[in-house]
Amino acid sequence: MTFFFQNVINALQWGSFYAMIALGYSMVYSILMLFNFAHGDIFMVGAYIGVGVATVLVTLTSSGAIVLPGWLILVLTILISMFLTSFVGMFVERVGYRPLRDAPRASAAITGLMIGIILETGNLAIMGATRVKFPPIIESVTYNIGGVFVTNKKIMIVVISLMFMFALHQFVQRTKWGMAMRAMSFDYVAVPLMGVPMNTIAAMTFAIGSALASVAGILFGIAYPVLDPYMGIVFGWKAFVAAILGGRGSILGATLAGFLLGFIEIFVAMVFPSTLRDLIAYSIILLILVFRPHGFFGEPYSAQLRL
Amino acid sequence: MPLLEIKNMTHHFGGLRAVHDYNLAIEPGQIRGLIGPNGAGKTTVFNLITGIYKPAQGHVILDGENIVGFQPYRIASKGLGRTFQNLRLWRHMTVLEHVKLAQYSKITYGLIGAFFGTPKRRKEEAEIKEKAYSLLKMMGVEHFADQIVINLPYGAQRRVEMARALATEPKILFLDEPTAGMNPEELRQMIGIIRQVRDTFGVAIFLIEHRLRMVMELCEQIQTLVFGEVIAEGVPEDIRNNPKVIEAYLGKEIIV
Repeated sequence: MTFFFQNVINALQWGSFYAMIALGYSMVYSILMLFNFAHGDIFMVGAYIGVGVATVLVTLTSSGAIVLPGWLILVLTILISMFLTSFVGMFVERVGYRPLRDAPRASAAITGLMIGIILETGNLAIMGATRVKFPPIIESVTYNIGGVFVTNKKIMIVVISLMFMFALHQFVQRTKWGMAMRAMSFDYVAVPLMGVPMNTIAAMTFAIGSALASVAGILFGIAYPVLDPYMGIVFGWKAFVAAILGGRGSILGATLAGFLLGFIEIFVAMVFPSTLRDLIAYSIILLILVFRPHGFFGEPYSAQLRL
Repeated sequence: MPLLEIKNMTHHFGGLRAVHDYNLAIEPGQIRGLIGPNGAGKTTVFNLITGIYKPAQGHVILDGENIVGFQPYRIASKGLGRTFQNLRLWRHMTVLEHVKLAQYSKITYGLIGAFFGTPKRRKEEAEIKEKAYSLLKMMGVEHFADQIVINLPYGAQRRVEMARALATEPKILFLDEPTAGMNPEELRQMIGIIRQVRDTFGVAIFLIEHRLRMVMELCEQIQTLVFGEVIAEGVPEDIRNNPKVIEAYLGKEIIV
């Protein structure tokens, strides 16, 4: 039984990475009807930016220039990296996707893959082939709760993820930009006629998605400190699956599907040999999609009225 | 000076001539009609003026400024409101949210206001809500305010769309077949609503309609569009008796 709860904790942590990345996919798709296939690589870029920011802060602290406690370094790393990574997202939108807004969706998909490759190889060119280590920001403390081992990092990762998901939900429900985003997911033709600048909303969506991906990247770096330029590929694809599974543009759907994915992967690995993990886990998801092709909270295609 | 003036507007889709040498001048407060058989290019004219398409040639002058090439949101902000032939509502948002989002440019509170409910937000929200309710009331749909729009009867959805367009405070309102799919009773009410809107807000109204009885009753000036070209323009009486119009359009319609 303790083994089971141990895995629940692990699944929550693993799922929060997926959920955070899936949100970016899902939001962009619902608003612009395109999948930003570079999103996994933006997650990677976000993690690297996080390493850079954290390294600077840690070095400054250890050299005595400024004295910051570990938690403050973490908070600053997250906030500064979110800010910087959001510009990467907006740049990708401006350069890669905006010129293709009225082009066939396949063109946008190809562009996304290209941008992904550019980000990966660009990183490789700049940082070199050696793997980068995330600097240790906070001391790991392990709690033993009735035989279940929980680290403070795991709790922190899950709590921070949930906080950001809640904040995103509030943003979408309460601000005028969020309201415009929701409206665009239903019918984007009518939105500009309300005086809403579409390009602003599109850029904002990319900025938010990228900022969340960067949070996921930093949290991932805290849990698994070794980063490489291709870390975003598999994560990106899996989070994409979560976005599909959650349903078109549903924040709640992407969140739940991200966690579900985490749970399925961890629990499959608990029962079966871990080499079979993805094979079995994604067969299960395929089976879910056979019965619910539009995901948990999406609408069937026939119910959509799009230009 | 007319509120909206269009000079020699022409547009093609590939080799298809959609609109050819289209001219129009609408004065403030006027009600104008655009009729024509299916596929004549009426909705294309609307899309060209509202910025969804960019005209290949010609000028569109709204309130003294040439708006060709402006993005749709800027054209809307300059005072052009619109409804659609097939309703374009946001299916799973409430009626109130529709009319609130239409007041987008009036919302000035940002993140802090939204998250912490500052006095500024409360004040703005109250104003926006009040305006929204007054428009919904005028359209007779205020009792639906908190409902998801897709659950409303069709006629009520049309009224919501109209309220939404009015919430942007347009100087000129484009209505694309405002009575499509309505029964004679609803039609009668819609005629009343359109008149009331004009009288209350002083907006000019430009409408596309298939039901000639309605156009003849409501509009001061009517244009007839056939294959992208205006074949007749004038007061309802002239249009009714114009042999070209009868040939292209009315002949069939009168029998129905």
